Amino acid sequence: MSLMSSFAGWVDDRFPMSKMWREHLSEYYAPKNFNFWYFFGSLALLVLVIQIVTGIFLTMSYKPDASQAFASVEFIMRDVQWGWLIRYLHSTGASAFFVVVYLHMFRGLMYGSFKKPRELVWIFGMLIYVVLMAEAFLGYLLPWGQMSYWGAQVIISLFGAVPGIGEQLTLWIRGDFVVSDATLNRFFALHVIALPIILLALVVAHIIALHEVGSNNPDGIDIKKNKDENGKPKDGIPFHPYYTVKDIVGTIVFLIFFSAVVFFVPEFGGWFLEPANFIPADPLKTPEHIVPLWYFTPYYAILRAVPDKLIGVVLMAAAIVVLFLLPWLDRSPVRSVRYRGPLFKLALTVFVVSFLVLGYLGTQPATGIYTLLAQIFTILYFAFFILMPWYTKIDKDKPVPERVTK
Amino acid sequence: MKKTIATFLLAFLPGLATAAGGGAHLEEVSVNIHDEAALQRGAKLFSNYCLSCHSVEFQRWRRTAEDLGLSQDQVEGSLIPGDGTVNDMMDNVMPAEQSENWFGVTPPDLSVVARSRGEDWLYSYLKGFYLDDSRPFGVNNTVFSNVGMPHVLWELEGLKKPVYKTVTDEDGEEHKVRDGFEYVTEGSMTHSEYDRAARDIVTFLSYVGEPARLERPTLGVWVIGFLAVLLVFAYFMKREFWKDIH
Repeated sequence: MSLMSSFAGWVDDRFPMSKMWREHLSEYYAPKNFNFWYFFGSLALLVLVIQIVTGIFLTMSYKPDASQAFASVEFIMRDVQWGWLIRYLHSTGASAFFVVVYLHMFRGLMYGSFKKPRELVWIFGMLIYVVLMAEAFLGYLLPWGQMSYWGAQVIISLFGAVPGIGEQLTLWIRGDFVVSDATLNRFFALHVIALPIILLALVVAHIIALHEVGSNNPDGIDIKKNKDENGKPKDGIPFHPYYTVKDIVGTIVFLIFFSAVVFFVPEFGGWFLEPANFIPADPLKTPEHIVPLWYFTPYYAILRAVPDKLIGVVLMAAAIVVLFLLPWLDRSPVRSVRYRGPLFKLALTVFVVSFLVLGYLGTQPATGIYTLLAQIFTILYFAFFILMPWYTKIDKDKPVPERVTK
Repeated sequence: MKKTIATFLLAFLPGLATAAGGGAHLEEVSVNIHDEAALQRGAKLFSNYCLSCHSVEFQRWRRTAEDLGLSQDQVEGSLIPGDGTVNDMMDNVMPAEQSENWFGVTPPDLSVVARSRGEDWLYSYLKGFYLDDSRPFGVNNTVFSNVGMPHVLWELEGLKKPVYKTVTDEDGEEHKVRDGFEYVTEGSMTHSEYDRAARDIVTFLSYVGEPARLERPTLGVWVIGFLAVLLVFAYFMKREFWKDIH
C-alpha cells in the first residue's frame, strides 16, 4: 500500500494524475436525477472504442486496392481467425454509433442541454456528428461493393453543384475522373488516420467543455446554485462511483442488443449491410436503386425534395448547419421540456416526426407522392429552427423548481 | 418507459421493412445449412454442373471439406476437378476469356451470390428455365430474363415450355400471358427430386456465402447468456451503491 501511494506521489509530482481523477471522476459532481436518456453519452464513447479496436484489426488484413479490396474483405470473413466477428462488430458498430448519437442529440434537444452555458459543448458535439458522418461515408467505400462504389459516386458528384469550381472540386476529391483505385486509397487514409484523430480530439474537447460547466439534467436546473457547507452541490453526486456503476448496467444492456445484431442478424435485413454490396464494384454497371445507408437518408430526402441540384445541396448542408445555431435560436429562459410551454412541445414533436419521415422517404424512390411528402416535411424540418426565436419567446413556460425532482 | 420503448422502435423502424428489391414472383424455399447431407449433395451437384464455368474463388476446398464433414481424400477424389488439392481455392475449370467468348459474359463468381440475390431468388432461378427459341441456348428464365446461361441441369429436370392464356386488360386489349408450364421432355429426376436438388444447391450456396454462419448464432447464445448473468450482478452492484441516494 505504501509502495503504491509513494509511487502515486512520485507521479503526481510530475503529472496531475490524482488531480485529473478527482476533477473528472471522483469529484466531478453530476446531478443525481439522470434518467434513461443519459446513458447514450457514455455508450457513444464505448462504440468509439469498439470501432477503433476492431478497425485496427481489420486494417491488418484489409487491402486498400481496387483489385483486392473486395476479396480481402471475404478473406477476413473466411480465413482470418475471428475475422467475421471483427468485421461484423465494425459494420454493426457504424450503425450503432448513429443510433446512439441520434438518441444522445435528441436528449440534448429535449432537456435544453445546448443552452447557455453549454453552447460549446453543443458545438463540439455537432462537429463530432459531422466528422462521424464523413468517417462513415469514407469507410463505406472500403468494402468496394456496388453500393460502396455508386454511393460514393453519387455523393462526390454533389460537390459538382458548387458553381464555377464544381467539376475541378470533384476531380480533386476523387483523384481521378471516376471513383477508382486512387479514390479508394485516399479514402482509406482519411478513414483510418485523419478523421479518427480529429474525432478523438473533438471528443476530448466535448468532455472538457462539459466538465468545465457541469452536466445538465432532465429538470434543466443549475445544480451549482444550491451548495452545501462544503461547497458541494446538494443535488450532485460524484460521477465515480455512482454513475460508473450505473453506466456499467447501461453498457451491458446495450451490449446485449448489440450482440443480438452481430450474432443473429448482422445484415439487419439489408439496412446495415446491403445485398447489393455483396456484388464487387463495377464501374460499367449502375445498380437499379442507389440508396445511402439509413443514417443519411433524412438529408438525402431533403436533397431530392428540390428539383434544382444546387439548391438541393445547399438545403441539405443547411439542414446540418442550422443545428449549430440552436443555442442562439432558442429564446426561452427554460431549458427542460418538462417546464416548457405547449408551443415548444409541439415544435419538438413535429421536428422528430419530420426527421423520421424524411429518413423513411430517403429510402424510397423520389416519385409522385413521395416527393410531395419530402417537400412538406423539409419545410416542417426547417420551420422548427426558423420559427424557434418566435415560438420560444411567446411560449407559456411553467415555473422551474429550485431543486431537482425524481 | 413506454415512451422509451416507442423511441427505440422508431429508431429501428426502417429495419422492419425489407430492403431487398422485388421483380418477378419468387418461389420461397427454406434451407437448413446445418443439414450436412443436403450440403454434401449440394456440393456434389455444384461440382458436377456449376463449377466448370462458375468459381467460388473466395472459399478454400479445405474449409468446405471441414464444414461438410468430408475427408481430404473424399473431396479430392470426387469434388475437386482435375488434380487440384484441398489447399486450392474453389476455382472454376474454364478460363475467363474462353467463357466470355462462349456466353458473351464471364460467368460470375458465386462465393457470395446467396447474400446478394437471396435464397428464394436462387431457388426460383434454378427452377425457372423454360424453352424459348429466340435465345441462343434455346432457353430463357422466369426470374432472369434473357439470361446468357444454358439450362445445365436439363438432363435432371427435363425441358418445359410455357403455356399461355389470353387476358383482356382495362382498355379491352387482349394480351398473352404466361400461365404455367408443360414438360416437353422428362428428366432423369422426378419433379420432387429436382426440387430437392435445386434446394440442395441453394443450401450449399447459402453456406458458402457465409461459412461463419455455421457457428455464429450458437456463439451468440453464449455471449448473450454471459451478458445476462453479468447484468444481474451489475444491477445489484448499482443498487447497493445507490441505496443512500434519495
